[in-house]
Amino acid sequence: MSAPAGIPPRSAAVPGGARAPAAAARPPPCQNGPVQNQMQFPFGYGLHLENYSASSGHYPPVPHEAVPSQLNNQYVADYHSACYSIPVQSVMTTSVGPSMLNTQQLYSGAPHPVESAGGLTQGAISSASHLHTSVPQSYSAVSSHYSSSTSSSVASQGFPLSSGRYAMPTVSSAVYPNLSYPSMSVGSPYGQVFTSQSLPAVGQFEETNTFPDQSSTVPRTLQQQVPLGYNSTSWSTSDFQSAQDNFSRNNTGSLAKASNQINTVGIVDSSHPVSQNVQFTKPGVETSVVSSAVTSSIRTPVGDHLTEPASVPSNTQPSESLLQEAIDSSSTTSSASPVINNYDALEGGGYPETNSAASSPAPTPQTSRTPKPFGYGYPTLQPGYQNATPSTSAMQPSNPGHHSGFQQYPQYPGVNQLSSTLGGLSLQHSQQPESLRPVNLTQDRNILPVSPVLAPVPNLNSDLRKLNCSPDSFRCTLTNIPQTQALLNKAKLPLGLLLHPFRDLTQLPVITSSTIVRCRSCRTYINPFVSFIDQRRWKCNLCYRVNDVPEEFMYNPLTRSYGEPHKRPEVQNSTVEFIASSDYMLRPPQPAVYLFVLDVSHNAVEAGYLTIVCQSLLENLDKLPGDSRTRIGFITFDSTVQFYNLQEGLSQPQMLIVSDIDDVFLPTPDSLLVNLHESKELIKDLLNALPTMFINTRETHSALGPALQAAFKLMSPTGGRISVFQSQLPSLGAGLLHSREDPNQRSSTKVVQHLGPATDFYKKLALDCSGQQTAVDLFLLSSQYSDLASLACMSKYSAGCIYYYPSFHHSHNPAQAEKLQKDLKRYLTRKIGFEAVMRIRCTKGLSIHTFHGNFFVRSTDLLSLANVNPDAGFAVQMSIEESLTDTSLVCFQTALLYTSSKGERRIRVHTLCLPVVTSLADVYAGADVQAAVCLLANMAVDRSVSSSLSDARDALVNAVVDSLSAYISTASNLQQSSLIAPNSLRLFPLYVLALLKQKAFRTGTSTRLDDRIYAMCQIKSQPLVHLMKMIHPSLYRIDRLTNEGAIHVNDRVVPQPPLQKLSAEKLTREGAFLMDCGSIFYIWIGKSCDNSFIKDVLGYPNYASVPQKLTQLPELDTLSSERARSFISWLRDSRPLNPVLQLIKDESPAKTDFFQHLVEDRTEAAFSYYEFLLHIQQQICK
Amino acid sequence: MESVVFIFSLIDCCALIFLSVYFIITLSDLECDYINARSCCSKLNKWVVPELIGHTIVTVLMLISLHWFIFLLNLPVATWNIYRFIMVPSGNLGVFDPTEIHNRGQLKSHMKEAMIKLGFHLLCFFMYLYSMILALIND
Repeated sequence: MSAPAGIPPRSAAVPGGARAPAAAARPPPCQNGPVQNQMQFPFGYGLHLENYSASSGHYPPVPHEAVPSQLNNQYVADYHSACYSIPVQSVMTTSVGPSMLNTQQLYSGAPHPVESAGGLTQGAISSASHLHTSVPQSYSAVSSHYSSSTSSSVASQGFPLSSGRYAMPTVSSAVYPNLSYPSMSVGSPYGQVFTSQSLPAVGQFEETNTFPDQSSTVPRTLQQQVPLGYNSTSWSTSDFQSAQDNFSRNNTGSLAKASNQINTVGIVDSSHPVSQNVQFTKPGVETSVVSSAVTSSIRTPVGDHLTEPASVPSNTQPSESLLQEAIDSSSTTSSASPVINNYDALEGGGYPETNSAASSPAPTPQTSRTPKPFGYGYPTLQPGYQNATPSTSAMQPSNPGHHSGFQQYPQYPGVNQLSSTLGGLSLQHSQQPESLRPVNLTQDRNILPVSPVLAPVPNLNSDLRKLNCSPDSFRCTLTNIPQTQALLNKAKLPLGLLLHPFRDLTQLPVITSSTIVRCRSCRTYINPFVSFIDQRRWKCNLCYRVNDVPEEFMYNPLTRSYGEPHKRPEVQNSTVEFIASSDYMLRPPQPAVYLFVLDVSHNAVEAGYLTIVCQSLLENLDKLPGDSRTRIGFITFDSTVQFYNLQEGLSQPQMLIVSDIDDVFLPTPDSLLVNLHESKELIKDLLNALPTMFINTRETHSALGPALQAAFKLMSPTGGRISVFQSQLPSLGAGLLHSREDPNQRSSTKVVQHLGPATDFYKKLALDCSGQQTAVDLFLLSSQYSDLASLACMSKYSAGCIYYYPSFHHSHNPAQAEKLQKDLKRYLTRKIGFEAVMRIRCTKGLSIHTFHGNFFVRSTDLLSLANVNPDAGFAVQMSIEESLTDTSLVCFQTALLYTSSKGERRIRVHTLCLPVVTSLADVYAGADVQAAVCLLANMAVDRSVSSSLSDARDALVNAVVDSLSAYISTASNLQQSSLIAPNSLRLFPLYVLALLKQKAFRTGTSTRLDDRIYAMCQIKSQPLVHLMKMIHPSLYRIDRLTNEGAIHVNDRVVPQPPLQKLSAEKLTREGAFLMDCGSIFYIWIGKSCDNSFIKDVLGYPNYASVPQKLTQLPELDTLSSERARSFISWLRDSRPLNPVLQLIKDESPAKTDFFQHLVEDRTEAAFSYYEFLLHIQQQICK
Repeated sequence: MESVVFIFSLIDCCALIFLSVYFIITLSDLECDYINARSCCSKLNKWVVPELIGHTIVTVLMLISLHWFIFLLNLPVATWNIYRFIMVPSGNLGVFDPTEIHNRGQLKSHMKEAMIKLGFHLLCFFMYLYSMILALIND
């Protein structure tokens, strides 16, 4: 990660800086077959990064870590100055305050059992009378208002203060500023292209995506033209009706809308008797009876686009026909959800013929199917490149002979001469000797490098290396792909990819172009690794089909020159983002829709999370990603489900209680999800009132299932994000669960049961949601067992995310409360992509057979992601179906098609290129141990759910045993008695041991079932960087930070203390240590810690006076404090998780939290690192 | 009596053959992306129990009518059907689970299983046919 200026070049250049000085100084040990030269020997990731940025122009050489904070600051600054209005809030609190009291009395005075009785008499009694029966005495005052309430107009209620605020009705069309953009015609794409692809504009685009208030820049135009075509075709007739309805409403202005609203509220329907309508802020002003029969829903997006009908007739035609086609196909296959199939067609499957006919000439017949990809490509790099292939293969036979060199490796005289003679031949294999150097694990105790472990760099020539995808987004477990499955089997290493496709990027070339150039047969996006046969044709690097270069592509907007297709940004960057045209949409891009489902049972209120959630929401309401169409809604539930009518024009939010949880329905479907900007005041009112509304509740039951069903119904017309906050085991209605954990079995070494879900309810719900482009995010804040294994399903298959706060309490557990607060801040403000699909393509011959992560695999290689967030990671396992004999490079491409929160359809494409090797030694040389461990962890989670935990543990150990014994058997001359690993895999046993001691897989240590499941969920959904920290935390000594080797970030000096081994032997009583576990930082302070450190950094006079629960370092004006803080904040900035700091004194009970992470030490139930090595050795010898 | 047993078995076997073909067609539709995993699995799961019952009836019938060879031939397949049905984890939507069918080569193994069953049922079909004719002649 760090390639900063301050680091001495040597340590930055070689991965695994521990041995770097020695290795770089002596003649490079060239071994192993196809090694040709050492010219570029000390070539590491760090250096690579610099090259990358230098050459591609738009990457300023800023280290990655520096940027998030910068971005964030700017963001915050923008918002606070612009739209944050604190005074309004305070006014509202006071106005709501007095009347609140009444509500609470009402609420507590109305016991719920009566309502559940109402459920039995369903249909028999008219709803009005039922209301009376179910509302006991305290309501009698209220009931006198019933007769008038149904007809009461909106304006008649509310107190003067708030009605004054609503006195000026917002004209609904006025709130869509986007519309005012002139739509540029599709026929002149270059006008777009210039601006979007010239250098400064690239940055600008990124900004438009992040900062809502700057959204009025260019890229919107393309999609503006789309919607009309869709309106007429995509919505079914009834929908169209409502669109019409909406249209007219827009024309007539807001008056019509308001009157419509009043009508719908007034309808009385007896089919759903159990609906009550309680105005919670004031007793009995409005208690209208609502019904499920109200169907006229307001579709804001449709209404928008109808205003510009005739401007783009040319474009409506293709999209219409495409849609028609898609609908047809879905109906013939009797698919349950037509939309699903259509997305297939869009991202990958079908080729939009209508478009291609216009944009590109007739396809040339396919020429040679399987020629070498090399001979052609890269006119600029040909000399060195072409030579590389033959030389590699020529060297192969001599390969075994070279192994003998390993032992005499220190004295290897002729290397330099050899390399210089081979130097002209190829640039490949420059780092191989280092990664293949045999390491005797049992003797070499200090194998952990002092600087963070970096990803190995694929063995490509320098030009390709510069173009290759960043390992932060895309990593392969083997950076040298074996040629055949047999070779892969011999190596006994897992083959797979680890992806972080949507991570926050600081520089991202955004391309607006009317035609996105893709391979005609496999639909691969054009990328840096394709070869141009001549000016007019390019060959796909995945399927080897020869394609035409479209006319438009010949022009390079960057250099404003014609005839240089290979200099286009698509071909110069392996990570690009396209603004997609209407061909990539099935319906107008959806607005950002957020629904919050909050548990308000006694348990939840007691834990006090509502205050934190509401406060965070209030603070971040303006920062929620979205445009003017953003919608928001709230549902609360205990044993009943409560909805909140926030329709603009009401004086106060209206609570609607549905107690019929067996057949839950939406009381007023069109006013529960409201426009964030139009109803902002009401939303703020609600958020201010919510924490206190349920404070006296005695309801202990939780009807999560019905609440989720209601949420699904509410979201299904648009799709969006549901955030569920749950504090206990769901105990009522559909999806109720029973406690399955036996506390006595927590530390069992034998069988761990109940790792799988207990019911399929949540899975079904998730699949339904996924089909409607809705993701469910789960926040579980519980103090006791809540069966996360079952609940997690709702997020797993709907592409949501899961947060878990064990033993959450707002005052008893401040660390968790702080964590929730920080997580929420990140969660609410981070980027979000809606209605996304992701497809991973790979070179012909490779096939993906298993996927890991939170999503639904819709078809063989298409992942359906209702939402995608920047913190989601994915992993896939691959196999080699056909041997890769006719190629020496393989490529992988992920394409993520999503709707941004601004309503743009975008495609983010990453392409990774890796060399193919034929010898086992090369396979080992290219092994990426971190990626392999993360993939193994994913596989182990699957195994423990489908089989058993002990199976999974055995499989993990076997993975190490098999791969190391396979390695030893290849190098037959190595001493059999010691445990030897190639340098690239030297951390493998350590990481696997750490994994075995991880919460997810450990046995013998008391682990709560939910904790275990949560760890498993994390493993499945975290990207590699975070996952590695979880598996193997970093330990630093921080009481003697110096500026030696420090780096400079944003004018700040950040010290770089060396990494310490995770062992108690490294802890000294005189020191203070920081452990970075990804989501939490522990600072451990030894008993006799230096007083100056305690005074200067912690701000306490001596060790005894340091409090037990300290979660923040004070800002002291001393050098050591400054260093410590800058180091910690630098660590924090490098990840979006906002880790919580926890200070641990040597004698505090929280000590075990810290010591459980010291994985190299022996525990009563698990091996120490050395014992583990011996165990492996034993297994190998067997 | 004997002939009645075999006529019934023959009809039942025909139904099972059709069912196997239906399984194969639907699974290959999924393989080719003609339908999505969700609808494919819900279609197939509907027929898992009828298949199980159909096959168990024949097996039991053979046991009752003391056709040992045919009974023993049917027994492993019937056991496998029942085992597969019982061993479905509680969180899955059935024998065919849409969230897992694309993982770990499950689709391929389902396909293979359906193919083997088709072959088996065809074999049984001719055996029943032969036995039925024999029984009819004997009568």
